[in-house]
Amino acid sequence: MSHRLAEWCSNGPILEEDLAITNFALDLIGRAQGFYRYAAELEGKGRTEDDLAYKRNERQYFNNLLAELPNGNFATTMARQLCLSAFEYYFYTALQNSKDETFAALAAKTVKEVRYHMTHAADWVVRLGDGTTESHDKMQEALNDLWMFTGDLFEMDETDRAMAEQGIGVDIEALQPQWTEYISGVIKKATLQMPEAEHMQTGSRQGIHTEYLGHMLGEMQYLQRAYPDAKW
Amino acid sequence: MATQDSQLDLWEVFIQSRNGSHHMHAGSVHASDRSMALQNARDIYTRRGEGSSIWVVPANSIVASNPDEADMFFDPADDKVYRHPTFYTMPEGAKQI
Repeated sequence: MSHRLAEWCSNGPILEEDLAITNFALDLIGRAQGFYRYAAELEGKGRTEDDLAYKRNERQYFNNLLAELPNGNFATTMARQLCLSAFEYYFYTALQNSKDETFAALAAKTVKEVRYHMTHAADWVVRLGDGTTESHDKMQEALNDLWMFTGDLFEMDETDRAMAEQGIGVDIEALQPQWTEYISGVIKKATLQMPEAEHMQTGSRQGIHTEYLGHMLGEMQYLQRAYPDAKW
Repeated sequence: MATQDSQLDLWEVFIQSRNGSHHMHAGSVHASDRSMALQNARDIYTRRGEGSSIWVVPANSIVASNPDEADMFFDPADDKVYRHPTFYTMPEGAKQI
């Protein structure tokens, strides 16, 4: 997600929004660094957060599909941000109660950032949805297009369930009603229609992705692949 | 040729660096409404922990003195030395008076 948002750098609709979006990207980098560092430490094989970010292949990534989708137009980016940040808000709010102290601490820091991302995105969805006919249509189209990827957010595999049962992770499925209520509130305020999907995409729990992740990793990991462990 | 301004309305930003201090003018942002102005100010001027409170004011709500009238407005104050409180002794240890 951070990589996607960073693609907006110098392409924002106005300078202020350019900076806002790249700020989000930096928040997300910081968060990834915190979690990857902890993961590497728990693994205890001497890998670092950079190894985990830059030296895994597509199928070894378990990010939500929504996070890897292309930016599209500004409406797409804000609709995607709303869906994802709202999910993360409920997820990290719950994770603050984790029995794992590091998770709880990372979650407490993250929840403040995510609440802002969610508010910022929601304001834009309302602004564009309740704006001109053109902005309304573009926002509705963005939500309709993204909707089939939102089901993937709430899926859990065996690991997720085991983590939730032990009070370390979060019961992700249980977050869906809150999320839906919040999102439908924003959509209503924006004078938009709640999208309906005949079919929900799935895959992130098995490391199966959309066609976009491979291309993105190609760009993101280029330097590490071409010049392993390069220093500057 | 004048280019069309696509950058939305201008707002002036005032930041309070810590509780109790003044809000100081930090700069300006573009925004179409109040909440966007506040968020943009937050994203631009408080990224490095500069602020504990932000005010944003529509730039066209600010009444500014005219530079052409500076001689009438400000010059007469230049030679009124008796208006400065320099005839008092500062109490020792007072930092802000």
